[in-house]
Amino acid sequence: MFEGLSDRLGGVLDKLRKRGALKESDVKEAMREVRVALLEADVALPVVKTFISNATERAVGADVLRSVTPGQMVVKIVHDELKNMLGEGEEINLASTPPVPILMVGLQGSGKTTSSAKIALNLTKKRNKKVLLASLDIYRPAAQQQLKVLADDNGLGILPIVMGEKPVSIAKRAMDTGRKEGYDAVILDTAGRLHIDMELMSEVAQIRDAVNPVETLLVTDAMTGQDSVNVAKEFADKVGITGIVLTRVDGDARGGAALSMRQITGCPIKMIGIGEKIDEMEAFHPDRIANRILGMGDVVSLVEKA
Amino acid sequence: KRSSSKLTTGISDIFTKRRLDDDALEEFEDLLITSDLGVTTAAKLSAELSKTRFDKEVDSAEIQEFIAEEVAKILEPVAQPLVIDASKKPHVVLVVGVNGSGKTTTIGKLAKTYKDQGLKVMMAAGDTFRAAAVEQLKVWGERTDCPVIARDTGADAAGLAFDAIEQAQREGYDLLLIDTAGRLQNKAHLMDELKKIVRVIKKRDETAPHDTLLVLDATTGQNAHSQVETFGQATNVSGLIVTKLDGTAKGGVVVALAEKFGKPVHAIGVGESAEDLRPFEAKSFARSLAGLED
Ligand SMILES: Nc1nc2c(ncn2[C@@H]2O[C@H](COP(=O)(O)OP(=O)(O)OP(=O)(O)O)[C@@H](O)[C@H]2O)c(=O)[nH]1
Ligand SMILES: Nc1nc2c(ncn2[C@@H]2O[C@H](COP(=O)(O)OP(=O)(O)OP(=O)(O)O)[C@@H](O)[C@H]2O)c(=O)[nH]1
Ligand SMILES: [Mg+2]
Ligand SMILES: [Mg+2]
Repeated sequence: MFEGLSDRLGGVLDKLRKRGALKESDVKEAMREVRVALLEADVALPVVKTFISNATERAVGADVLRSVTPGQMVVKIVHDELKNMLGEGEEINLASTPPVPILMVGLQGSGKTTSSAKIALNLTKKRNKKVLLASLDIYRPAAQQQLKVLADDNGLGILPIVMGEKPVSIAKRAMDTGRKEGYDAVILDTAGRLHIDMELMSEVAQIRDAVNPVETLLVTDAMTGQDSVNVAKEFADKVGITGIVLTRVDGDARGGAALSMRQITGCPIKMIGIGEKIDEMEAFHPDRIANRILGMGDVVSLVEKA
Repeated sequence: KRSSSKLTTGISDIFTKRRLDDDALEEFEDLLITSDLGVTTAAKLSAELSKTRFDKEVDSAEIQEFIAEEVAKILEPVAQPLVIDASKKPHVVLVVGVNGSGKTTTIGKLAKTYKDQGLKVMMAAGDTFRAAAVEQLKVWGERTDCPVIARDTGADAAGLAFDAIEQAQREGYDLLLIDTAGRLQNKAHLMDELKKIVRVIKKRDETAPHDTLLVLDATTGQNAHSQVETFGQATNVSGLIVTKLDGTAKGGVVVALAEKFGKPVHAIGVGESAEDLRPFEAKSFARSLAGLED
């Protein structure tokens, strides 16, 4: 549907036939196309601007390897800068006195409940932890039921539902249960909320204050557009986050929001969701997302081999 | 509760009395892009602006009015209400879309809207896949006092749709709203499943589904193009509903979609309650995109 960067750069870069160091004028022209490619991949504009200025600085004067064209060289530099800005993935941090509280936050429908169950399963299977799930979503119809079904179907611990209990109390009860029953981690799934909904944002701040989470994970959808910066900024300011979970990476979105959110919050991308089933989650690899955003894995591996 | 639009602040930052030169036009384009209009539509509007105002003094109010007007022009042809033909008994509406876009909630809101208009409304819990999707729709059934036809999770969605139509026909319902599981458009087997649902529905009533609504999340960026295209190929998408417009995302991609696909946009979601569905109005959508209050 969208042209990858290679198609886009084709015309511009074919002109850069000359050998030697990359010239500023050539790089500038190429970066115009890079900019459009990033915007079409939904990287937020302020982040695109920072990116272009960093990448331009790196590219001007760079020596072109003998076996590649200058155009391919630009692509490689752009790719590396993108990878660099995306940062390395990090494991979920459990380095604290158990039970370690993990708070899941994000917009409506971003994938929090599914991701909560996925992380619980991941910590259980891969890191041999005993994990308790708790739903603090008293608003969405059948939200608590949804998490319970996911837990029961997969043999995960779940805090019993008490009708009429408020989110902060549920959070405290979850931590108590976690302590009493010897859990290593407690994952608190919260209701979806808008970052501009003051009431619900202050509710989640109260939950945070009640449990002091070691991880507060912002769950975000890979299809998100330019609004990603507003969402990331508000959640970081009002709640404070420690990591990002990117969902629906199994789709065909280019996933520029990943770069935007990473850049705005400075927080690592901890996990990515790659399907609806609860074992469909994996660690984040900046390489793959960089290739996806640019739509040009081939050129990059070509230059890497050169 | 709502914060002011980012676009507005952006516009007033850039256009406090300024000559419209190439730089200004580029910044104008950038601003449109920050509302998800996409590179192509932004370039088109910028060319339009430059036609009449290049080299002239412009200010932010004028720029906002320009955006509102041009966007409204693009949206007017697609702003069409969903028309239910109760004589179909039932008019069958199939609701499709990617995961988490707001399908189930929108069905609840539509049920309320048409029930309030005096129609006999039935819902079918066609998401037989996701945990507690059936229970979720049942809550909407209670809230709106409309029956929900459901089977256990894991059951065949097409079969359920078939049964629901049969029951709605037998019991004289005016409107049947069929929920489906969320699916990403690049998953061929899930899109095939959707085609099968349509085929089976046609076995019961070959004129159905009378409407197939694609529910689109306003936070979505350029991937919305691929959603409209692929869902449109798999099913005969007759119109769109845009949800979550109560956030800061103004759904600018809808403008590009209107240009490219021309599919009707019926309604917008502005909250999580049954009352939070509004007709899609080109002018007010455009004004809100431009950061102008109505
Ligand atoms: N394809 C795909 N679907 C996903 C992924 N993660 C979640 N989903 C689906 O996205 C939809 C919404 O997921 P939920 O976990 O209910 O989202 P949520 O953030 O808890 O939603 P609210 O509680 O309503 O705010 C469901 O249909 C999930 O199956 C993913 O990585 N890939
Ligand atoms: N703020 C806001 N939230 C909405 C709106 N429409 C739906 N939601 C919320 O978005 C989340 C997902 O809505 P659902 O109706 O479950 O979405 P869905 O498309 O049926 O999801 P799946 O069946 O999992 O694919 C829920 O938390 C809804 O309350 C809206 O217009 N505004
Ligand atoms: Mg949830
Ligand atoms: Mg649903």
